[in-house]
Amino acid sequence: MKLEAKNVNFFYGDFHALKDINMQIDSNSVTAFIGPSGCGKSTFLRLFNRMNDLIDGTHLDGECIVGDQNIYDKSVSVDELRTTVGMVFQKPNPFPKSIFENVAYGLRVNGVNDKKIITETVEKSLRQAALWEEVKDKLKKSAFELSGGQQQRLCIARALAISPSVLLMDEPASALDPISTSKIEELIFQLKHDYTVVIVTHNMQQAARVSDKTGFFMLGELIEFNDTKKIFLNPDKEQTQNYITGRFG
Amino acid sequence: MQHTKFTGKRANQALFFTLFRLMSYLVVGILFCIIGFIVIRGIGVINWEFLTTAPKDGMTKGGIFPAIVGTFYLVIGSMIVAFPIGVMSGIYMNEYATNKYIVRVIRVMTNNLGGIPSIVFGLFGMSLFVNKLHFGDSLLAGSFTLGLLALPLIIRVTEEALKAIPDTYRHGSLALGATKLTTIRKVILPAAFPNVMTGLILSVGRVSGETAPILFTAAAYFLPHLPTSVFDQVMALPYHLYVIATSGTDLEATRPMAYGTAIVLIAIVLIMNLLANVVRRKFSK
Repeated sequence: MKLEAKNVNFFYGDFHALKDINMQIDSNSVTAFIGPSGCGKSTFLRLFNRMNDLIDGTHLDGECIVGDQNIYDKSVSVDELRTTVGMVFQKPNPFPKSIFENVAYGLRVNGVNDKKIITETVEKSLRQAALWEEVKDKLKKSAFELSGGQQQRLCIARALAISPSVLLMDEPASALDPISTSKIEELIFQLKHDYTVVIVTHNMQQAARVSDKTGFFMLGELIEFNDTKKIFLNPDKEQTQNYITGRFG
Repeated sequence: MQHTKFTGKRANQALFFTLFRLMSYLVVGILFCIIGFIVIRGIGVINWEFLTTAPKDGMTKGGIFPAIVGTFYLVIGSMIVAFPIGVMSGIYMNEYATNKYIVRVIRVMTNNLGGIPSIVFGLFGMSLFVNKLHFGDSLLAGSFTLGLLALPLIIRVTEEALKAIPDTYRHGSLALGATKLTTIRKVILPAAFPNVMTGLILSVGRVSGETAPILFTAAAYFLPHLPTSVFDQVMALPYHLYVIATSGTDLEATRPMAYGTAIVLIAIVLIMNLLANVVRRKFSK
């Protein structure tokens, strides 16, 4: 499923957080957003599943399009949108439930009650998240008994269980150790076959390893958006060059 | 020179810590004194007959079983009234109310409700439930009155319990397409359950010992039968204690029964507090 931003301007109250963003993201690709802290990349990511709606006083001008639908149109059901556009958060946030129930949660709250379907989907999602082998014998144990890296993969499985078309990942590996991080990066690479993945990251090496296209944000503006290879080897803008080479940020 | 410069500070600290420790021991000591005083004077009365039979011979013999049953019914009744309203209010205030100012006003009003003297609750209960709504002196009127008394505590405990649940759970659930209501029902409330239960148990302890609210709304001095409908009056432990300690035909003879009743009351409160602790610890894992 394609994503598009048209003339997006976003405000936290009076603060102009995103300025005139225009971007097109292809289906079945991995796109990375990079930039210094506070540049707006997480805010922009959260536009696509309308999680910013939870914050008081926010306001959007412009359009965010998922597929061919402007998701900020009055007729759009936010709950339904979020079954199409899933999210994985920075800090793993499994529910205080068993491993099985965590993955099954999305199915249950969206009306799936068939025990067989749930069991099969839970296994399929845990396999997709490369976690099945590690937890298949302890599905009834609490999710909190897993390590940080495992919990994050559990959250990924949980998001995949409801078969979204788009997966938004907000710095998914920043709270994890290097080994867990590389497992997750491998996962992201696999996921692009079936999903459109957008990942916000502070880790430029990660963006270079994993993504097809990269967007560089700074102070609320999209400075440059292009093929990852080009951004990292031969960027057009000087600001991009400075950031990549660590001259600031 | 270095040594003498710092000695004063240490001695001063030691003095205050000793003082604080003495004060704590004093509090514990007072508790033991009160309980001890009552237990010594009343323990002789406690036996199976006391706990399971009705009073006889003008309260000088027999037991307090009807009062135990009456208190039991009143507790259940008041919890049926207070628990749903209290929990739902707490949920509204923490999860749904968007206007922070309104929430603050509600909270101040709730705290004020909690500060109203229990005898005033009794008077209000009599006017509204007993008279105006024609419940009469009854279990129903008493339950509603006690329910109002317990309400502020339950609201506050629910609010605190919900506040303690991290927002990350809410975000995780909403991001999967769950509605706010579903999130509350399936993630937030189950997680807040231990603390909400603790509040419930503590209110039970409080409500079982309240005398003034049931004075003119439910309690009776002596009833020949156990209550069979919510419109019946009931006997109750705190009221029973008051009556046999101050009125009746032979105060000397009934005095030990009064102490015995007090022991049962204290036991109920202590058991409830212990239970609350156990529940909280068991579910906190």
